[in-house]
Amino acid sequence: MTQLPTHTEKKLGLVIDLDTCVGCHACVVSCKGWNTENYGAPLSDQDPYGADPTGTFLNRVHSYEVQPNQGVAQLIHFPKSCLHCDDAPCVTVCPTGASYKRVEDGIVLVNESDCIGCGLCAWACPYGAREMDSDQGVMKKCTLCVDRIYNENLPEEDRQPACVRTCPSNARHFGDLADSESDVSKLVAERGGIDLMPEQGTKPVNKYLPPRPKDTWDQIDILAPLLDPVAEEPKGFLGWLDKTLEKL
Amino acid sequence: MHPAPSIILFTVLSGLGFGLLFWLGLGFPPVTGFSAFAFFTIAYLLAIGGLISSTFHLGNPQRALKAFTQWQTSWLSREAWLSVFALTFMGLYAIGAVFFATRIAPLGWIGSALALATVYATSMIYGQLKTVPRWNQPTTPALFLMLSLAGGALLAGQVTYALILITLSGVLQGAVWYLGDTRFAKSGTTMETATGLGTIGKVTAFEPPHTGNNYLLKEMVHVVGRKHSQKLRIIAITLMAILPIILLLLPFSHTLGALAALSHLAGVLTSRWLFFAEAEHVIGLYYGKREST
Repeated sequence: MTQLPTHTEKKLGLVIDLDTCVGCHACVVSCKGWNTENYGAPLSDQDPYGADPTGTFLNRVHSYEVQPNQGVAQLIHFPKSCLHCDDAPCVTVCPTGASYKRVEDGIVLVNESDCIGCGLCAWACPYGAREMDSDQGVMKKCTLCVDRIYNENLPEEDRQPACVRTCPSNARHFGDLADSESDVSKLVAERGGIDLMPEQGTKPVNKYLPPRPKDTWDQIDILAPLLDPVAEEPKGFLGWLDKTLEKL
Repeated sequence: MHPAPSIILFTVLSGLGFGLLFWLGLGFPPVTGFSAFAFFTIAYLLAIGGLISSTFHLGNPQRALKAFTQWQTSWLSREAWLSVFALTFMGLYAIGAVFFATRIAPLGWIGSALALATVYATSMIYGQLKTVPRWNQPTTPALFLMLSLAGGALLAGQVTYALILITLSGVLQGAVWYLGDTRFAKSGTTMETATGLGTIGKVTAFEPPHTGNNYLLKEMVHVVGRKHSQKLRIIAITLMAILPIILLLLPFSHTLGALAALSHLAGVLTSRWLFFAEAEHVIGLYYGKREST
C-alpha cells in the first residue's frame, strides 16, 4: 500500500559524517557490487566501456566547495543515497503500490514485480535517490541492504549495509534513529546532525553530520612575527632591479 | 524536466478529448444519430489515443493495470479510475444519442463532470510535486482545465464559448509563465539547504559523482531548448490563442473553424513542451545545474 504508516517501530537509517568522508567512492563501489548481485534486478550499465557510459547506482558521492565569509574554501565530499523519509513523497505517488515503507523498521522499498516503471516516484523525490534501471524498466533505490542487516548467514559484523561496512574512514554509521539511546542517535545529538532540504517536508530519517569547525588562522600565529618581511623596501641588487623595471 | 513526446501527446490529446466530451455531455451541440457518432468518435479517439500514448513511457507497460490499485494516495491511480468512469458514462450516453436518438441528460451531466475530474487528476500528477516548484501551484490544474474546456468548445463548434475560453486561457497562460519564473527562487530550496552546508558559507558544486550522464540528469535536469523559451512562448500564445481568436471572429466557415482548431492544437502542444522543458527539479541543485543558484 502506498499509504504511509502513521508510525514505524524502528527508524533504521544512516548517519553520514561530512567531516571524515574522504570522497574515496568505496561506498559507491561496494553498494553497486552487493546490490547488483542480490535483492531485485541487477544494477545495469549501458555502454560501460564505450564513449558514453551510464549506469544505475543507488549511492553517489558529490563534492562541493564551500566558501566561508572569512578564511579559505573547504572541499566537502557528500555521499547521497535514499534517506528513508518518514513522510516519503515517493511512496504516496506510486500508482501500483510497488513503493512502500515498512512498518517494522521504516525502510522504503520497491516491490519490483509491481513496478510499471512510470518514474513518478523519482520525480517526487527531492534527493535524486531513485534511478530507473534502463535494462529492466523498474525503479531501483537503496534498500538499506535489507538482505544483509537481517541475514543470519552472514557473520554478525557483516550485518550492516555494504556502504557502512566498507567505509575506510568511518564516515557512515547505521542504526535505529527512533531509539534515542542508540549510538547513531547519540552521535546525531552530539554533533548536531541535520536534515537535507527540511523545507521539502519529507522528514528524512538519515542524518548528516556537518563538518567540524576548522582551526582559525590566529592559532598558528606563534612564529608569525618572525616571518614578517625584514625590509619593506628592496635594497641592493633587488632595489636597482625594481627601480630599473619601474622606469621601463 | 525531460519533455517526453509520449507524455506531451498524452496530456494534450486526452485533455482535448475529455474537453470535447464535457461539452457533448451537456448537450453542446445537442447531437443525435450520425453527427453524434462523428463527434463521439473524435472525442474517444483523442481521449483514448492520449491515454494509450501515456503507456509508451512506461518501463513495464504489461503491468499497467496495477495502476488502478492505489487511488487512495496516488493521483496517477485516481486519473486511471476517473478516465474509465468518464468514458463509461459518456459511452452509455453516446449509445443513447447515436442509436436511439435520445439524450439521457443525467448520464451526460455525470459524464461531463467525470471528464473534467479526469483532466484535474492529470494536472495534479504534476501539480502535487513539491520537487518541481514551477508546477507546484494551483495555476497548474487551472490551466489544464481551462485549455481542456477551450479546446473542447472549439471542437464542439461552440464559437462564443470557445472565444471566451480561449481568451481566458491565453491570459491564464501568460500569468502562469510570469508566476512560474519566480517559483524556484520562492520555494526556498537552495544548494545550501540541499547540502546543509549553508551554515559554513556559499556552496558551489566542485565535482559531480561521475564523469558520464545518468538517469537523473537525463530525466530531471533537462536544459535543452531553454535558451529559446521566450521565442517559443510567443509562438505558443500566438498559435494557441491569438490566431484562433482572429479566425473565429471572421465570418464563420468550417475551413476557418478547422484552421482555428489546428492552430490551437499546435499552440497547446508547444505550451505543453515548454511546461516540461522549463520545469526545474530541485535535484538539479545537487549537480550545481540550476539557474537560480
